[in-house]
Amino acid sequence: MDQLDQLEAQSVYILREAYRHFERLCMLWSIGKDSTVMLWLARKAFFGHVPFPLMHIDTSYKLPEMIAYRDRLAREFNLRMIVGADAAAVKEGRTFPLTQHLPDGDPRKLTRVQCCGILKRDALNSTLSGERQRQRLNLTTGVYEPDPDREPYHGVIAGVRADEEGSRSKERYFSPRDKSGTWDVGDQPPEFWNQFKTDYAPGTHVRIHPLLDWTELTIWEYIKRENIPVVSLYFDQGQGTRYRSLGCGPCQSPIRSNAKNLDDVIAELKSGQLRSIAERSGRLQDGKHGLEELRREGYM
Amino acid sequence: MSTREQMSIVIVGHVDHGKSTVVGRLFADTGSLPDGKLAAVRAECERTGKVFEYAFLLDALTDEQDQGITIDTARCFFKTQRRDYVIIDAPGHIEFLKNMISGAARAEAAVLVIDAKEGVRENSRRHGWLLGMLGVRQVVVCVNKMDLADWREDRFASIEKEYREFLAGIGAPPPVRFIPIAALHGANLATKGSEMPWYTGPTLLETLDGFTKSPAAQHRPLRLPVQAVYKFTDGGDDRRIVAGRIESGSVTVGDEVVFSPSNKRARIRSIESFNTTERTRVCAGHSTGFTLDTEIFVTRGEIMSRVDSAPQVGTRLRANLVWLGRKPMETSRDYKIKLHTAALPVRIHRLISVRDASTLDPGAGADRIGRHEVADVELETRQPVAFDLAEQDQATGRFVIVDGFDIAGGGIITATVADDQEGFRLESRLRDFRWISGGVSPSERRALFHHAPALVLFTGKHGVGKHRYARALEQALFRARIATYLLDGANLLLGVGNDLAAESARHELVRRFGEIAHLLTDAGLVVVSTSNAIGLSDHASVRTLLGDRPLLTIDIDPAGTATSDCDLRLRGDESELTVVTRITGLLRDRGVIGLNDTTHTDL
Repeated sequence: MDQLDQLEAQSVYILREAYRHFERLCMLWSIGKDSTVMLWLARKAFFGHVPFPLMHIDTSYKLPEMIAYRDRLAREFNLRMIVGADAAAVKEGRTFPLTQHLPDGDPRKLTRVQCCGILKRDALNSTLSGERQRQRLNLTTGVYEPDPDREPYHGVIAGVRADEEGSRSKERYFSPRDKSGTWDVGDQPPEFWNQFKTDYAPGTHVRIHPLLDWTELTIWEYIKRENIPVVSLYFDQGQGTRYRSLGCGPCQSPIRSNAKNLDDVIAELKSGQLRSIAERSGRLQDGKHGLEELRREGYM
Repeated sequence: MSTREQMSIVIVGHVDHGKSTVVGRLFADTGSLPDGKLAAVRAECERTGKVFEYAFLLDALTDEQDQGITIDTARCFFKTQRRDYVIIDAPGHIEFLKNMISGAARAEAAVLVIDAKEGVRENSRRHGWLLGMLGVRQVVVCVNKMDLADWREDRFASIEKEYREFLAGIGAPPPVRFIPIAALHGANLATKGSEMPWYTGPTLLETLDGFTKSPAAQHRPLRLPVQAVYKFTDGGDDRRIVAGRIESGSVTVGDEVVFSPSNKRARIRSIESFNTTERTRVCAGHSTGFTLDTEIFVTRGEIMSRVDSAPQVGTRLRANLVWLGRKPMETSRDYKIKLHTAALPVRIHRLISVRDASTLDPGAGADRIGRHEVADVELETRQPVAFDLAEQDQATGRFVIVDGFDIAGGGIITATVADDQEGFRLESRLRDFRWISGGVSPSERRALFHHAPALVLFTGKHGVGKHRYARALEQALFRARIATYLLDGANLLLGVGNDLAAESARHELVRRFGEIAHLLTDAGLVVVSTSNAIGLSDHASVRTLLGDRPLLTIDIDPAGTATSDCDLRLRGDESELTVVTRITGLLRDRGVIGLNDTTHTDL
């Protein structure tokens, strides 16, 4: 067994434990490379099937190519695809990009972190609980329709990696959240060997993290080995730039890179310019403690 | 493809003995930090007026920086020429023992840090015991802050002696090596320091690089705890897949395997996977799945093995465990044990000893295990479970205990203890392993009869109406086209048991009864049985011999004083129709009859 085999075996084991213990289970899919690998691992775990819904929290600031790719894969893989979005916030202008022009000190002006709080954290928590109307993709027509199911989810699979940033390095594979989605990082349950927290009190939910042990490099090596389709935004299309990590358009910037394919990306990470530069350096909301605060309150 | 080896290492020790500093320094000295991270942390320290510490590199969370202690287990990656390391920096504070355990339980090797000035402290000892219990076999002890001990060899030697004696006293394996270090100065971490010429051994980094990956488990006996049996029917998929991770050994298509505790046998028809080429062999470490050549009913929690090297099966386990729950573990309560993929009720059968892991002092009371105490116990599970001793197979020899919604303790199985079913269990295992099946499978019988086999056992004193009810039930089942037979205990004594004097050979009579019920249910029948000789107290023995076929016990107790477990208790004054209706309801609930809507509608 090589390292990728070991990582795959552990993730598959975790996914099967999650499916076994949580009747109301969903998987968060950000359309990025990590959660797409996670989706692929679910197909590994369940022999080509994905026996739970995929959930995407759409901020409306995702690049159009990501949305097209999402819907294409959903139909190709026969997924139960659910989308949650705070359309009202965007319509009413309560976002960072729409308040950017306001003068400093204007109470309506929102920071990047506040914007993430509304469009991602709050939208996620309310979509999971069922308070917010979910939209479900009709695989025959390709159209999103209101999902009649309003029941809360008790198990939520998320593709965070321990090497991404400080707070994620402290996560458990199975991480309980209280009624409001809050993560009590100071009092986490013990995790012995491969025995996980699979019993939960009514009203609480558990986040499940099958990718904790993966790194940016192993993710790309696995994408290559398995030939997993990824969005072309990760590659240089001739402009000399590419995205290293995908978030919302206004809060990320492409990096200078001539990596045009998987081999180039892997070489760049192993021995090239990215060998020792943090992956999320292009994500602008991550500054000191910003992401950690969001994560305690339920952010991925 | 990635060919670099990866190893996970946990850093443990008493609070403030310098664990995070050791890790921070290893990162910096091996050039494993992202560009700018060191500078950013230095700048943050300058801004907040703190003296820079390497520990800050890891302590990314606000709580921790405020309190200056590591709350949780942080995981970071660093690289040497030899391999990549996942460093698990575990907290030393007693309040966070569960976090230390979470970190150490994932580790392949450990660095235990002891402060040269403070010497061996409570958590140095507790962590030493836990590393042994958790199965971490490669341990290096770093005696840190040697600068504060004036770099003196005698100080180092006395700590080494004290700690070795402690570990030997509790039966924990000895560490691989002791190294004197000064993490703040970097002495003996990545490079040798000039301050301690008397130390001629390897540096910490050299020692870590000298550790080996645990040998592949594939040469040991096969163990695959069944995680699930899947049948996904989307897109016309008709595979029934037994899924799980091979913890040791290997499986080849065509192999004969057995599942414990049900003792079911089958051959491997195929190895299933997604997006791979077809496989005929799969070995330890892989999360995989199989189809079998016969349709047997196996469930999560069973262990798949080979017939000649099956795991143990029993209800009593002797174990070492550590308790982390806020409420103590008590002898009079039921808990849930999670052992490989099995989960079932458990309670303490006997508390052999309880003590504080650091002082070896006896714990609070003889009937409970307090928080952060360790115990030598005998546990009893409600039903038989398959397992191994932890020293033989870690994955099937260690467990956690769940109290309410929380994992509150964990431990390893150190020995097996015979229970009163030991003899019959062994008999039925050997019988099932060697059983020669006929040409008609149980599922074919089920399909023809439209019902599953079962045993309905009436118990109660002489003259309470057992025979009357049993006959009524037999007749009603027969009229509903159920293949049934009334096995009367009195008839058993006339023939099969006529060499037995009833009282003195009771054990043998129960055995013969159980084996006959096994034969009749193997033939697919719903056996209705009544006997004065077989009582409710024998039903555990009958159940053991019957295997996993449904057993219903119906106890008739006119006095209304019986308290022992049974499936249905009657007073003996109910009408026959009432009794038949209630029992057929139970058979329906257990999936014996009424397998589809059109059968047994006249019951």
